[in-house]
Amino acid sequence: MDTFLQQLVNGLTAGSVYAVVALGYTMVYGIIQLINFAHGEVVMIGAMVAFTVINALAPGGLPPLVVVLVGTACAIPVCMLVGYSMERLAYRPLRGAPRLAPLITAIGVSILLQHLAMLVWSRNVLAFPQIIQNTTYTLAGASITSVQIAIIAVCIALMGGLALLVYRTQLGTAMRATAQNPHVAGLMGVDVNRVIAATFVIGAALGAVAGVLYGTYYGVAQYTMGSILGLKAFSAAVLGGIGNIPGAMLGGVLLGLVEALGAGYIGDLSDLCAYGWIADLMGEQCDGGHFILFGSNYQDVFAFLVLIVVLVFRPSGLLGERVGDRA
Amino acid sequence: MNDMKLGITLIAAAVALAGCGEQKPAAKAEAKPAAAAPSVLEVKIGHVGPLTGGIAHLGKDNENGARLAVEEANAARTRIDGKEVKFTFLAEDDQADPKTGTTVAQKLVDAKVAGVVGHLNSGTSIPASPIYAQAGIPVISGSATNPKLTEQGFKSQFRVVGRDDQQGPAIASYLATTKKPKLVAVIDDATAYGEGIANEVEKTLKAANIKVLPREKGTDKTTDWKAVLTKLRGRRPDAVFYGGMDATGGPLLKQGRELGIKAVFSFGDGACTDEMTKLAGPAAEGLLCSQAGIPPQAADKRFLEAYKKRFNVDPILYAPFTYDAAKLLIAAMQKANSADPKRYLPELQKIDFTGATGKIAFDGKGDRKDAEMTIFTMQGGKLGPIAIVKGGKTMTYEEFIKGMK
Amino acid sequence: MKFPAKVWIGTALVAATLIALPFALAYAGTAWVRIANFAILYILLALGLNIVVGFAGLLDLGYIAFYAVGAYAYALLASPHFDLHLPFWVILPIGAALAAFFGLLLGAPTLKLRGDYLAIVTLGFGEIVRIFLNNLSRPVNITNGPQGVAGIDPFRIDGFDFAQYQTLLGLQFSGPIKYYYLLLAVVIAVIVINLRLQNSRIGRAWEAIREDEIAASAMGINTRNVKLLAFAMGASFGGLAGGMFSAMQAFISPESFVLVESIMVVSMVVLGGMGNVWGVILGALLLSFVPEILRWTVEPLQDALFGRQLIDPEVIRMLIFGLALVLVMLFRPAGLLPSAVRKRELMGQAA
Repeated sequence: MDTFLQQLVNGLTAGSVYAVVALGYTMVYGIIQLINFAHGEVVMIGAMVAFTVINALAPGGLPPLVVVLVGTACAIPVCMLVGYSMERLAYRPLRGAPRLAPLITAIGVSILLQHLAMLVWSRNVLAFPQIIQNTTYTLAGASITSVQIAIIAVCIALMGGLALLVYRTQLGTAMRATAQNPHVAGLMGVDVNRVIAATFVIGAALGAVAGVLYGTYYGVAQYTMGSILGLKAFSAAVLGGIGNIPGAMLGGVLLGLVEALGAGYIGDLSDLCAYGWIADLMGEQCDGGHFILFGSNYQDVFAFLVLIVVLVFRPSGLLGERVGDRA
Repeated sequence: MNDMKLGITLIAAAVALAGCGEQKPAAKAEAKPAAAAPSVLEVKIGHVGPLTGGIAHLGKDNENGARLAVEEANAARTRIDGKEVKFTFLAEDDQADPKTGTTVAQKLVDAKVAGVVGHLNSGTSIPASPIYAQAGIPVISGSATNPKLTEQGFKSQFRVVGRDDQQGPAIASYLATTKKPKLVAVIDDATAYGEGIANEVEKTLKAANIKVLPREKGTDKTTDWKAVLTKLRGRRPDAVFYGGMDATGGPLLKQGRELGIKAVFSFGDGACTDEMTKLAGPAAEGLLCSQAGIPPQAADKRFLEAYKKRFNVDPILYAPFTYDAAKLLIAAMQKANSADPKRYLPELQKIDFTGATGKIAFDGKGDRKDAEMTIFTMQGGKLGPIAIVKGGKTMTYEEFIKGMK
Repeated sequence: MKFPAKVWIGTALVAATLIALPFALAYAGTAWVRIANFAILYILLALGLNIVVGFAGLLDLGYIAFYAVGAYAYALLASPHFDLHLPFWVILPIGAALAAFFGLLLGAPTLKLRGDYLAIVTLGFGEIVRIFLNNLSRPVNITNGPQGVAGIDPFRIDGFDFAQYQTLLGLQFSGPIKYYYLLLAVVIAVIVINLRLQNSRIGRAWEAIREDEIAASAMGINTRNVKLLAFAMGASFGGLAGGMFSAMQAFISPESFVLVESIMVVSMVVLGGMGNVWGVILGALLLSFVPEILRWTVEPLQDALFGRQLIDPEVIRMLIFGLALVLVMLFRPAGLLPSAVRKRELMGQAA
């Protein structure tokens, strides 16, 4: 039981990070139906910038929390700038082009950002200085650290803030209007270009925060970290219903849980020798041993499977509306 | 229209190429007298390792080792067959990519090298070895540890470093005899290296009647080990072995301690670096790990000083081995009194040589007989050697150093 | 249709060049023949992907999976791993057919997906295939996992072995030269198939669904079958290329079939010109020679300017890929050698 609880805690934390990254995908997709393939790289750059700042400040003797906050405060504007330039230089000129064009550009941007980051921060895995005194609490046999609690709290706060922004501010109204119909929104006096740029910038800022969360949680950052994280977060966004903000949160957390429970239990569940009658059939093969079809080595498959299954059977995701165009 | 233009360009190209083809025999005829010029014999020695990419620093380290040996041989005015030899050193970059590995191997064969030191990775060494074998050129790797490399049956393939199936058993038997675990969890990163060494560890542990949990795996990019570790925590292993690199091993160790796993953590040479302290923090204290061969600081003093003087850095990992590999090639040539691969290959097979990494002799497959393995532990944020395993026997590091003197 | 004499002469000269080429290259070093062989392999891959991306307009980011299937089919049926040594003319078709089957496997459930979703799903598919190849070493050892399969048989017909030196008619035929001719023959066949397809009923049907799927189905095109055919055909070329790769390398492991390779092939198709056979060939040649070009330009240049390698050529290569994808889409969306129809479509003018 404590193992199960612990897996829930693991999944929830990882899922929260996915969720924040997924928000970036879903916002951009919701507004201009573009899969911003390079969003994962924005998250990576956020983590890298934060690493540089935290690494520089760590020996200074400032309180750890302040150091991390300063790191985040530096990462956010850098990522916003990256997000803005990306939109302005690579995507805006292609608005109205066939769908595949911006997607191919996005792949190009992603390769570019990755290797530029490599030139700046080297190929090595960067180890975040361990400045935060990580207190571990034990709840019913499951341990949860203060960093994990902080990550979950930050995610909830970000989600709330974003909801306020989208549903309670003028910019939010303009965003929703643009998402529904950019032409009509333009006619109603919305500066569509500005709104789209704002969406990219906000998504990038969220990405920066996600990068810092990831870095402080796992303690490492590398120039390649964005691609797999991005793909998983994208899968999470699709699972929740792409274009749908609460959906991204739900999708992220669900994917985190699926991965943790999957990696934790698939080995035992697919151990043919654990089932009496199959074990009898297998005879000597088992003999007190195991015959595991799928072990934790298939952990990375879950995200892709979720992606494929959702897109094939329910392209609108869990919370998305059924839109004919998406199918 | 476009096709026509293309056609014309190609005609020009064809004419030019045809010209080249005709010159071929003439060029060969010219080349020969030059090589046979009296008193100075030119001998080319190649080296292959990744000079670009993620492990370029290790590639450069390997190259430096071999380069030093060649330069020393030149400085010593080595003589073969009565002539003074001028060794030229050709360094190639295989980018740690199997495709590029075969291409650069071919380049060295084209350049008619007398011998090759390399490649660094098993993944590029294995597809390259048939190319060298066909040309009859001896190749000695100082760092490729995959057993398959010498199991292919090529007479010209050698290595001076221990195999995975020598290193795996070394760390496993050290673990088994000193920590006496009852249950061990084995994890790997699903790469050729990680899985290879983990398999050998598992085999040795099982042979010592120690229970091993079903294998858990991540990837060479995994940073979140919590799900796997949580599962293992429920099984309460006494020791954990991870086959993989420091980049993934560090987070694994850190997260393991965060989850409250008290077991001994042990690693292969991929995670046997000082990076582990940075990546895992205080959790790295007390880890056990192994390196193939003897630690660089135990290598021949003279070599270490020469290396430092020549390249202004300390050797990182395998430089003493590539240094010895190049020395072996030259020594075999001297013994055979010929730089012709056909003539000196038999000498190489039965050589008995003492190099920077100790005594070297090859078995029938081209593997080093009785290669040493070193066990390290992390103390106060620094890795230090604690034991040497050789030919199934374990001795402490102090005993070993005494024996070397 | 009657061709003027000039065309015949041109063709004859091109043929003569291609036949003489390996000997000219071997004069510079057999390594160049190997480089040329890999370039031809990439042409094969790019032409296969062109059917899916260029003709039918379905962006496939997991194409390397089919290459992997073909390569593993060959490796497992002709190596000491299972101690099977079937002749290559039996395995190559098996590999191509198996790859085609995987193409259908991928195509069938994703038929209804729109372009960008399809791209992501294919990417996921490619990764899943690689993960499986990497892990199918237990509980039963099928692929030998990350250790890869070694000792793969070369192509062999009776005593004629593609990996051995041979002297014929006074000419030295090294292994790579023999493979060159084989690859050349295969690539010419594939080019002919591609050209014929382009102007066939099927080719027009692909073009129609690429332009407007709803209109195409209204015109009586069975969009499902036509799309599946594109997937299967494209995949089979990938499988064929994979088999040849296996035989040439004699060793394969999953690390040769990573996502970057898929993206590289996509870059070739996009850069050269989606849908145009000659454009795709140009793209494949350009990108596969980039590392060699860099070796002769950027490396000496950096040595001269800074006295050391400031930026890895490998990194420059990736930066060039990324930049090429972005710039081509922005300024020349139909590629270097655009196909007529595709140009109209991607330039945003009314078709």
